[in-house]
Amino acid sequence: MSYVKPLDFKHGRIDMSHGSGGRASAQLIESLFAAAFDNEFLRQGNDGAVLPLPPPDCRLVMSTDAHVVSPLFFPGGDIGSLSVHGTINDVAMMGATPLWLSASFILEEGLPLADLQRIVQSMADAAQEAGVAIVTGDTKVVERNKGDGMYISTTGIGYLAKGNAPAGSRARAGDAILLSGTLGDHGMAILSQREGLQFDSPIRSDSASLHGLVAAMQTSSVDIHVLRDPTRGGLATTLNEIARQSKVGMLLDEAAIPLNRTVAAACEFLGLDPLYVANEGKLVAICRAEDADKLLTAMRAHPLGQAAALIGQVVVDASCFVEMRTRLGGRRMVDMLTGEQLPRIC
Amino acid sequence: MRYIDEFRDAALARNLATSIAHAAQPQQHYRLMEFCGGHTHALSRYGVLGMLPNNVQMIHGPGCPVCVLPIGRIDFAIRLALEHEVILCSYGDCLRVPASNGLSLLKAKAQGADVRMVYSALDALKIARLNPTRQIVFFAIGFETTTPPTASIIKQAQQEKINNFSVLCNHVLTLPAMESILTQPSVLPLHGLVGPAHVSTVIGSEPYQSITTRFRVPVVISGFEPLDIMQGILMLLRQVNEGRAEVENEFTRAVTPQGNRKAQALVLEVFELRDTFEWRGLGTLPDSGLKICAAFADFDAEKRFTDLHYVSVPDHKACECGSILRGEKRPQDCKIFGSVCTPDNPIGSCMVSSEGACAAHYTYGRRSVNA
Repeated sequence: MSYVKPLDFKHGRIDMSHGSGGRASAQLIESLFAAAFDNEFLRQGNDGAVLPLPPPDCRLVMSTDAHVVSPLFFPGGDIGSLSVHGTINDVAMMGATPLWLSASFILEEGLPLADLQRIVQSMADAAQEAGVAIVTGDTKVVERNKGDGMYISTTGIGYLAKGNAPAGSRARAGDAILLSGTLGDHGMAILSQREGLQFDSPIRSDSASLHGLVAAMQTSSVDIHVLRDPTRGGLATTLNEIARQSKVGMLLDEAAIPLNRTVAAACEFLGLDPLYVANEGKLVAICRAEDADKLLTAMRAHPLGQAAALIGQVVVDASCFVEMRTRLGGRRMVDMLTGEQLPRIC
Repeated sequence: MRYIDEFRDAALARNLATSIAHAAQPQQHYRLMEFCGGHTHALSRYGVLGMLPNNVQMIHGPGCPVCVLPIGRIDFAIRLALEHEVILCSYGDCLRVPASNGLSLLKAKAQGADVRMVYSALDALKIARLNPTRQIVFFAIGFETTTPPTASIIKQAQQEKINNFSVLCNHVLTLPAMESILTQPSVLPLHGLVGPAHVSTVIGSEPYQSITTRFRVPVVISGFEPLDIMQGILMLLRQVNEGRAEVENEFTRAVTPQGNRKAQALVLEVFELRDTFEWRGLGTLPDSGLKICAAFADFDAEKRFTDLHYVSVPDHKACECGSILRGEKRPQDCKIFGSVCTPDNPIGSCMVSSEGACAAHYTYGRRSVNA
């Protein structure tokens, strides 16, 4: 279709007509989304994407995630790349290979088209880098003050090969707990941006697609009992969930948990515990203790797992408590997050 | 993180734990109270409690600003937000404290109240500047640590004529609370007090002389880092063993005998003593709280919204926060601890703030109960 005026990506803003389903919507979709995400499924221009069935020995995995981050742009990423990484990682944590994504956009009236363009391009880049296609989508516009700039909801589909798939219920007493890298980078990047805190070296979000790392771990042929990405609620909450699902306890070693120095300092400054801060590019893997070295070697050989570490072990515990040997030499519980982590006042 | 890691060193902690074990005489049971919630939190978070000998018992004190706030004060804030439609600014810890009618500031927010969490008093003033057509009330809580910043924004509001801004003052004083604890027969004997860290940077170490003289109980002011607290405990044991009752200062890197004179002057200029103030757990204590003085009355929310009056509300019947704050009971002695009352569904204030004895025990120390 030809339009009288091209979209003004320099000064233009989203208005209600972009969500009307009419000509303005079509122009936005054609000249922005379809152009950036271009692939054979989108090009068909239908209401849905027709996807090939998995090979006979594979099963389908599907996962969905809504992204409501504020600010939209942060050091190390933006809501666009995050919405791709987040859903890819949920599929990858099932042990599956992510292949396709859908994307729904809820845009707030007044959103600068320049911001939208930057975010859409960032999504397209993240998807391309991950080798995943965004095959279907939707756009709605809500009135000013009824959205936080924009929300993005993505759904991912992947193939899961036959064999032992990781699951939250498969942790066994004696198993080793591995973490792929430093804790808290994403949450502290967002928080320091939100609060206008400056540090000598800026904290960057760790937002990244983890399926490459998972694939590298799978080639080690270790039976990975549990895989999970510690996002909201942080490592502490993730481990508590696994402990309850598997009906086991855990004992962590605080000194073994990798931490970026600036993140540690920022947490100290704000009275936060990095164990509860969100990550978007880290995973926890649980496997038999005798496989830990092999799996750790495979993780460390991948760029996203260079700082991987053995951080603790699964133990017998009817109460399903996660505990930690503190750096100081004491021992304490590591409970789930309650409410939101709040800074202490004195 | 220089200047912090040094105070969490495992080798030094082991040495201190050994020294404490040697100092603790087997025939003596030492009952020590850490006054501050900051100490309570650190003892649990770093696992210090498990490194102490069995005959050294730490009793959690009332120095948690959120915990000692009575229900009536939260009700007051909620009514300001719901009935007067003010923007109520509060430190995050206060938001979940249970109030009357099943409400909390957080639940009032869900009902439409404009409640905003701020990191500092200064943020509240910023919100007032940005919303000239609204009334903004800062819900000020805390001991002497948070009082100077509140004084400072009240002065600033007066200078800048920010007339849509006022403060609901709930500031309280450390020494009256300490005296109250030491006159409760049920908490005695108490062999020593770990004195506040941040409060003492403001008031100095000298004011505690009245405590050691009057009650013959040693006070050691300690920093909030785990090695600070362990060193403080060791110093207390030595005083007890030698029959001394003195004010000693472990936290010399931040606390001077006279404290922060500038902050004290600021507080004196803006605040004056209330005749009485109701504390959760300690009851109504004379000369224990502050109010905004006449020269700054225009910024006093209690004077601006004159139709609201403070109404005292009793605690939940089963809640033992009162006796826990007085040091009479331990969190695990409360019937509803961990069953009905949890950090997700707090019944009493001690389960809310991470500095509260119940929340700290629930979050970090439940294992020791079950064991």
